[in-house]
Amino acid sequence: MAKFIRKGDKGTPGINTASLPDIVFMILMFFMVSTSMRQTDRMVNVKLPEASEVTKIERKDLASYIFIGTPSLQYQKEFGTDSRIQLNDSFRTVKDISDFVAAEREALSEVDRELMTISLKIDEETRMGIVTEVKQELRRCSALKIMYAARKTAPAVY
Amino acid sequence: MASKKTPEINGGSMADISFLMLIFFLMVSTMDPETGLSRRLPQMPPENAKLEDLKVNRRNMLDVKINSRNGVMAGGEVILSDAQLEEIVIEFLTNPSDRSDLPSKVMKNIEGFGEYPVSEGVISLQNDRQSLYSKYIEVQNILVRAINKVRDDFAIAHFGEVYNDLPAEKQDIVREAIPNRISEAEPLDVTKQ
Repeated sequence: MAKFIRKGDKGTPGINTASLPDIVFMILMFFMVSTSMRQTDRMVNVKLPEASEVTKIERKDLASYIFIGTPSLQYQKEFGTDSRIQLNDSFRTVKDISDFVAAEREALSEVDRELMTISLKIDEETRMGIVTEVKQELRRCSALKIMYAARKTAPAVY
Repeated sequence: MASKKTPEINGGSMADISFLMLIFFLMVSTMDPETGLSRRLPQMPPENAKLEDLKVNRRNMLDVKINSRNGVMAGGEVILSDAQLEEIVIEFLTNPSDRSDLPSKVMKNIEGFGEYPVSEGVISLQNDRQSLYSKYIEVQNILVRAINKVRDDFAIAHFGEVYNDLPAEKQDIVREAIPNRISEAEPLDVTKQ
């Protein structure tokens, strides 16, 4: 009857971790596909307003960004808490927008210049005064395709 | 015992390496939603152009104003709820009973569809310097929503599907029949008027 007697206790077997790299690679792939590289350091606080009727930007590579909002905490000592414009990596004024647009336009190929979109990432607490000035400046340098960046929400039901 | 099999490569550290890469991508990437309200700004008029040329017939114009305290007014009425504004805009765009104080319609030959009376209405959105941006976007959103509703009605009546489900060429027809005419008007201080 020795057939049925087990030879000592083996304890719990270790978990097989051979598939762990595959799982982690899968998560990695998900993040690589669903996110985009950070272009610039954000120097202003921007909490985008919400809207239900938003559309997706057609071509991300043709988009240029203008940020407007209050400076982040580490810049407040220098720049105060009034709404400021951030172009690329620095605080700028409305007058610098034409140079910025010209540079962005220059970076695109001739065919795509007409399709250049300016995405306005503006904090929801901003007053319209500065927004209007920016819009007027954009008209002046004929960058007419714009997009008010907004977060998508479910449509309100009346 | 002369030939020995090549030893297997130890894959135990693969998980650590891929974790490192994962963390790197988490740090450098953003998940910003690239969504928003698309608009086309009007051309800057030449310096010497007369302002009178830009005037549109009164009945074809719906003034939507936001004042410095974020109050909204549309077509001379004070707006108390979003639904009210949407109703006004939809009535303005469709003019169902052909009232003489609402926009006129012009018969237009749309390619691939035929004649359709296209409304000439223009919605003009004005704001004060002190208005909040969030309010501005909220109103813009309602305007777009109203236009989308009118487009959906048109699409269901003529093609039996909502606008978004239509093929591209039919969407073009709907867009031509119900144009999106929201004017980013010249800046005015609404409160001062």
